[in-house]
Amino acid sequence: MYEFVSGPLVWIAFIVFVSGMVYQFVTMLRSARKDKVIYPYMSLKYSLRSLFHWMIPFASRNMRDRYEVTIVTFLFHICLILGPIFLLAHIAMFAFAWGFKWQTLSQVAGTYMTIVVILASLFLLLRRLMMPEIQFVTDPSDYLLLAIAAAPFITGLAANQQWFDYQTTVIVHIITGAVMLMLIPFTRLSHMLFFPFTRAYMGSEFGAVRNARDW
Amino acid sequence: MGLPAIPIVSDPGLDETVKGLTPEKIAKVVNRIIDSETAARFKVYMKTCVHCGLCSDACHWFLSNDRDPRFSPVGKVKQTLWEIIKRKDSLDPAFLKECSRIAHTECNVCRRCSMYCPFGIDIAYLLMVVRRICSELEMVPQFLQDTVNSHSVTMNQMWVKQDEWIDTLQWQEEEAKGEIKTARIPLDKEGADVFYSVIAPEPKILAQLIGNIAQIMAVAKVDWTMPSFDGWDNSNMAMYSGDFETMGRVERYHHEAALKLKARRIVMGECGHAFRGAAYDGPKWLGWKQPPIPLIHAVDFYHELITTGRIKIARKFKTPVTVQEPCNIVRGRGLGKKLREIIAATCEDFTPPYPDFEHNYCCGAGGGVINCGPPWKTSRVKGNEVKAKQLAETKAKIIITPCHNCHSGIEDIISGYKLGMHVKFFSEILMEVMEIPDELRA
Amino acid sequence: MNLKAYPEKHSWDWETSTKEIANISDWISSFPEVQEIVISPEGERIAAIVMTEDDVFSVCVNGELWTNTFEKAWSLKFSPNGSLFCIGMNDDEWTVIEEDKPWEDSFDYVWNMKFSPESPGVGVNVRTSEGYGVALNGNPWDSKFVQMRSLEVSPDGKRAAGTVQLTSLAEGDVFSFKKGLWGLAVDGELWGTNFLNVWDCVFSTEGTKVAAEVRLVSGRQTIAVDGIPWDQEFKAVWRPIFVPDGHDVIAPCLTTDGWRLLVNGKSLWNKSFNQAWNTVFSPNGAKLAAVVSPEFGRWTIGVDGNVWKNSFGEVVLAPVFSPDGQRVAAVAKDSGKWTIIVNDVPWIENFDMIWDPAFSPDGLHVAAKAARGSDYFVVVDGKNSNQKFSKLGAPVFSPDGSRLLMKTVEAGRYFRKIVPLKNLL
Repeated sequence: MYEFVSGPLVWIAFIVFVSGMVYQFVTMLRSARKDKVIYPYMSLKYSLRSLFHWMIPFASRNMRDRYEVTIVTFLFHICLILGPIFLLAHIAMFAFAWGFKWQTLSQVAGTYMTIVVILASLFLLLRRLMMPEIQFVTDPSDYLLLAIAAAPFITGLAANQQWFDYQTTVIVHIITGAVMLMLIPFTRLSHMLFFPFTRAYMGSEFGAVRNARDW
Repeated sequence: MGLPAIPIVSDPGLDETVKGLTPEKIAKVVNRIIDSETAARFKVYMKTCVHCGLCSDACHWFLSNDRDPRFSPVGKVKQTLWEIIKRKDSLDPAFLKECSRIAHTECNVCRRCSMYCPFGIDIAYLLMVVRRICSELEMVPQFLQDTVNSHSVTMNQMWVKQDEWIDTLQWQEEEAKGEIKTARIPLDKEGADVFYSVIAPEPKILAQLIGNIAQIMAVAKVDWTMPSFDGWDNSNMAMYSGDFETMGRVERYHHEAALKLKARRIVMGECGHAFRGAAYDGPKWLGWKQPPIPLIHAVDFYHELITTGRIKIARKFKTPVTVQEPCNIVRGRGLGKKLREIIAATCEDFTPPYPDFEHNYCCGAGGGVINCGPPWKTSRVKGNEVKAKQLAETKAKIIITPCHNCHSGIEDIISGYKLGMHVKFFSEILMEVMEIPDELRA
Repeated sequence: MNLKAYPEKHSWDWETSTKEIANISDWISSFPEVQEIVISPEGERIAAIVMTEDDVFSVCVNGELWTNTFEKAWSLKFSPNGSLFCIGMNDDEWTVIEEDKPWEDSFDYVWNMKFSPESPGVGVNVRTSEGYGVALNGNPWDSKFVQMRSLEVSPDGKRAAGTVQLTSLAEGDVFSFKKGLWGLAVDGELWGTNFLNVWDCVFSTEGTKVAAEVRLVSGRQTIAVDGIPWDQEFKAVWRPIFVPDGHDVIAPCLTTDGWRLLVNGKSLWNKSFNQAWNTVFSPNGAKLAAVVSPEFGRWTIGVDGNVWKNSFGEVVLAPVFSPDGQRVAAVAKDSGKWTIIVNDVPWIENFDMIWDPAFSPDGLHVAAKAARGSDYFVVVDGKNSNQKFSKLGAPVFSPDGSRLLMKTVEAGRYFRKIVPLKNLL
């Protein structure tokens, strides 16, 4: 079982993830042609201007007004993306399989980043449960997606801390990680792919066409 | 969730039309619009929205209705598009009435929310897709549809007849001459620097505004014209009902009137939605990336006249003023700074509203909402309590509103919340402070 | 009324190199108000509405005043055959005045003065106490309508048509509107069909048939010919034209794959466009050109289905054919500058404004009036004569093509000039 999940399943997950992302990307580019105005309106300068304002914490008004969300979501996304990439255990597996490695996080940092993701997920869950305007637009899939995103981190932490049977926890961890990876292109987790493009288009429309700011 | 019942508003445009709808008819239109009239933006926006609710605080409807989630931008999308996508082929007619209420009467498509969405999702565009679906099923509030009917027949929004239009211009020219002897409204003049266009309420009920512009043009010695033929009205409610074919026709007449007269540029009167229609939505539908000849809003024009000294200010306006920044020229054109500069040049005591510039609150009337008519007035005024508070905090007496929809919408808010303020177009301020050389006086 | 036949260009003075016709500065100093000037086709006359004293208006032609005065006057125009018309009012009665002679009938209001393109004919929309209608060549229609919003005069000047409202409509009555309250009246006779909308209409060349853009129900438009709609329906249509000397009708229509030119509802060019409009036939009817947008934001000309390679980012105006139909020119604009493109070759010079191109009789040369700032120029084959004028009429080629008639205002004086073409090339 471990051999399967740590070998072929990871392969499958990466293949599905990458090809899914490519598929969504190409589909988006094609359908953007049909949406006549997109390419003519796009502007590199204003795309970057918009991305800049929305990737710097508190650079936009709503980020300042909702500072708690800003802090949590920035930490959440940074830890969620960078944590797994620089985690010693992950890199060790790559090194084992392919023989190359890169800079790793310290064990402690990795653990803290995992905890941040879990706590941030809890925050997002509570926000969803407690704020009427979010509760109103929440359906079961929103909880499911949050769970899918959080699961690899919870199981990762559990494995790391050896709360349960290590082997089983690691298997569950790899499965949840693979599931998340495979679902990214085909669920709303695809905002990972679309974020720069929706932002760039709006930035272009506001900046290049309408001469206004979008932050 | 214990949300209060939304008051039922009777609107024959919806109540009667809904009787002729069937799930099959609805499915046919929905499928056509979703499959062939929308593309990347719609599909990516629908996939990207993570239901985070961060757009909520952007919406004056949400803020004014005790943070009722049904009025948040994403809440409106949930109640309409999510349902439409989920059960495309089995939508009941009554649901379409809800869609029209939400999309036509409870959203001003002001685009403030797209500045609050971390992804920059154009939520107003999504609500426009809902309006398009409604319009294709003729589910449009009666008064808004009547305005669209007027556009389709007359190319103006208030059923102004051709002879009434010209007659009004000639009458206003006479009035203007009574003040300034060189004042004229040159009809159909070829090759003028400025083709001046207005919205139909001006000839219909606010004719003195045309007389005012004739005086301003005379003092500034502007080479200008207005057409005697259709295309003089720059407004466009078809853009907001979702009847894009009529929208396109109206915009074509407007731009072609200016092209026919070989005008160097179009100057539009003080109206925001008209600017949006003429600068963006109309040209886009017709295939022009930008208007075929330069098009500027009155605020831009007055800024030019004042900063170049063609209009001199004799005395500043003394009464305390604030400003209603029209979404379509501030968020839609970045004219906030120029608007401040012309106010600074003409008014002594100005208090800005907060929030302002691109973050202004919509007047609540724009986006075709006020054109939905009296049945929807109560909800419209209630839906903008936040604007009333914002204005009251400035303690100004006069609100400068360089937009017709804002003008009427703010007047309703003033009377609805008993603010004791008054609304003026910028041209009305200018008329009071502009220096008129003695040799021009009649 | 007395309508002159169109003067042959041959009979114009093509010899006198310069004639000073009028001193406009004198007019400006002698009248409290001088309105926009108009110049006759052959350039021998220049006219303007002038205020002679407070609230009294007349028309000044080459310095001479008309005997008639008006409380209000507007729409001063020379017809293609060189007659001077305006619309004037006294005692709240409006009428048309041709060459200082008012029509016998007067009306509550008169507007929309239209000339027939080929032989003399002038029509106006009129309002009387009985309703709205048309007066053509001085003769009012017997029938009146609730409202009338357009006017088209047949090429021979003998017939007129326009969009009319059939029954009145209460404010906000969207339900009666759906029944179709609009129709088309030709010589005062209604088409038997009513529509949601009737927009622009057009006569066939010999004037017997009329085609118009109509909307059948919400979201469905088509072309109707003599009241009978095409079988095919579209989301949108633009102004139709008749094939010269025939009864086939061509119109741009919005089909499921974009804008197409259709003939009697069937595909004409095997191409669809982002936009297509302003269709024009060559004088002999053999060729058809239209303004087309091959992709969003790009504009050019299509001739018989062949789309030009050069396109413009802002606008292209209606094409103009050479007399032999072999060449096509159009006004075009890119990056804020206007120019002319002839047979897919754009002129190099550009301007702040440029007027419709005129072809020489042999089709080899193209002339146009253009402007930079407040200076006007005559441009021939893309070459700017560099002589600046403060006002300018449209240049006209002589019948043999060797000379150009220029109507110029310089230092407040109006000159009629005949310039050898070779001096301008």
